[in-house]
Amino acid sequence: MLSIAGIELELFERGQGAPILYLHGGEGIFPDLPFLDLLAKTRRVIAPSHPGFGRSSLPDWLDSVDDIGHLYLEVMDHLGLTRTDVVGFSLGGWIAAEIATRVPERFEHLVLIAPVGVKTGPPDRLDIPDIFAMAREKLDRLRFHDPANNPVDPGKLTDDELHVVARNRETLALLTWEPYMHNPKLKHRLHRVSAPVLLLRGESDGIVSADYLGRYAALFPQARIETIAGAGHFPQVEQRERTAAAIAHFLDDRQAARRSGAAS
Amino acid sequence: MKAWHFSENAYPYLPPAEEYESIRVSLPNRLYDPKRGAALYDRYIDEWLIAEDEGVEIMLNEHHQTATCVDPAAPLVLAALARLSKRARLLILGNPVANRRQPVRVAEEMAMVDILSKGRLECGFVRGVPYEVLPANSNPVRMNERQWEAIDLIIKAWTNHDGPASFEGRFFHHRNINIWPRPYQQPHPPIWISTTTPGGAGRVGARGYVQATFLTGFGGTPAIYESYRRGWREAGRGADVPVNRLAYAALVYAGESEGEARAGAEKLLWYMTANKVPLHFCYPPGYVPTPVHAQILRGAAVDQHAANKANATVDKAIEAGLMFAGTPDQVFRQIQRMYDHVGGFGHLLIMGQAGFLEHDETVRGIRTFAREVYPRLKEVFPDSAVSDQQVPIRQAV
Repeated sequence: MLSIAGIELELFERGQGAPILYLHGGEGIFPDLPFLDLLAKTRRVIAPSHPGFGRSSLPDWLDSVDDIGHLYLEVMDHLGLTRTDVVGFSLGGWIAAEIATRVPERFEHLVLIAPVGVKTGPPDRLDIPDIFAMAREKLDRLRFHDPANNPVDPGKLTDDELHVVARNRETLALLTWEPYMHNPKLKHRLHRVSAPVLLLRGESDGIVSADYLGRYAALFPQARIETIAGAGHFPQVEQRERTAAAIAHFLDDRQAARRSGAAS
Repeated sequence: MKAWHFSENAYPYLPPAEEYESIRVSLPNRLYDPKRGAALYDRYIDEWLIAEDEGVEIMLNEHHQTATCVDPAAPLVLAALARLSKRARLLILGNPVANRRQPVRVAEEMAMVDILSKGRLECGFVRGVPYEVLPANSNPVRMNERQWEAIDLIIKAWTNHDGPASFEGRFFHHRNINIWPRPYQQPHPPIWISTTTPGGAGRVGARGYVQATFLTGFGGTPAIYESYRRGWREAGRGADVPVNRLAYAALVYAGESEGEARAGAEKLLWYMTANKVPLHFCYPPGYVPTPVHAQILRGAAVDQHAANKANATVDKAIEAGLMFAGTPDQVFRQIQRMYDHVGGFGHLLIMGQAGFLEHDETVRGIRTFAREVYPRLKEVFPDSAVSDQQVPIRQAV
């Protein structure tokens, strides 16, 4: 646990090497732990549970992604992450984008997996389907290439684990209810992000559409999109190896290009 | 005991329930015929006024995006009733203040109704049922905190008389609170709060507001009232909790004969059988405490509609204390049984119309109750009684 700004943060650290700050999505970090192990084969992965998720505390005053963005500036200072790569999934992608607009110089690369956080479509149509107003079965059809791949089976969890799942959903609602899944200001700030950005999306993702991701990508100065086949909203769960490979390739490519640039 | 006629302004003319997913939130309003709706408003308002003529008080509530209660702006109907009625107390139970963005506006609306009715308003505040958060786009997390802050702000708006005041809370911010008109009743209209769990009732008791509980039956009600009384006593309000601080809402139908009563009671069950709502509207995250939410995720939640339908018989509802129905004698005894079981209550909120209970039937039920049950209730359960002490006193007599 890490104590920052009066908040107790659960922190997962894996591996060694250049740091990756990993920011989990609305389901919390547990479904992503096997994926973290893959990333950690070559890198030091630092993954906090956001306030109100996992076993991290949630102060009364905290109610927005903006608050979490500020908190993570302090976390980065505390951990000595003066310059780092960041990988953020869904809600975590939104948080990563927020932080990168504030301290762009501290990010080497951004990898946003199925990120939410901006509103780019028309007012009379949701950019992101209303996950709080649909049956669980429908939600799973939207979220998974194959709903059988859902790693969270409430029937098999302990009471403690299920408590965490429930609390994660509550914190997700607290943060994303209104404006729904976005910060109206963010799209006007993303031009500040100086690092190259990779936006990843599972081909079968019914939550983050290809159109949405395309419009999101256009808001960054340097961004490209990759699609992972055989995955829905959680490519890091449904296509772990391919997703990790795509990320490693993006991070290494750029390093190689920069090295060759420096040598010439 | 005071009795209140409560009508939800239901719109019952729907296709078979199998043809729609939910009667709340998502039911398309193309199913609402404005002309039939207008006639229903006339009818329901007439029924409130008939209840008043019979000496019964008036109560209404507010829901949104539902055919079960087409009263999404209860203060509007309340304003109409304030002018159309003459004597009855007017209870709105209530204003869903956790879902209203401007508590000061609510304070203004309620002050207007209090003036229009020359001081007959009883002002209720409710957290609102879970299916209200989607229509209101209201965050289900921290609703209780928001509700209580809104109530504080409304009371401040009602009681501040010396020019602009400010309120900078956690959820609401106002720099110039100075409402016109101010309430007719001083310092402000009586406040009611509805709660269906013991957790909330202690706080209501500490404040001394009237605590109402809906359809909590023999099973749930005692703990709620006990929590209220404990809150009352611990706040230093004295050992005696007047019964007029406690209210109970049930389906009520009194008939001259058992057959007539049974027919009316069967129709009242619509409240329970028609409430078809899918689980994802029933449990928005944050609405229930986390441990309850966890159990729901595990599958503890049952299909309410199916369960209600299975349990919705007149006999079961009477047995559970959700319904008081029968001949005047039977209804009196059923109410007495509930009164004794929970330690006494001072207000009976009568859900006296539902679904296809026609105008004539509704009026007969109101009149039979008012003429043959209500006088006995007033005599046997005086407003001056103290809750939790009634049983021994009455037995001694």
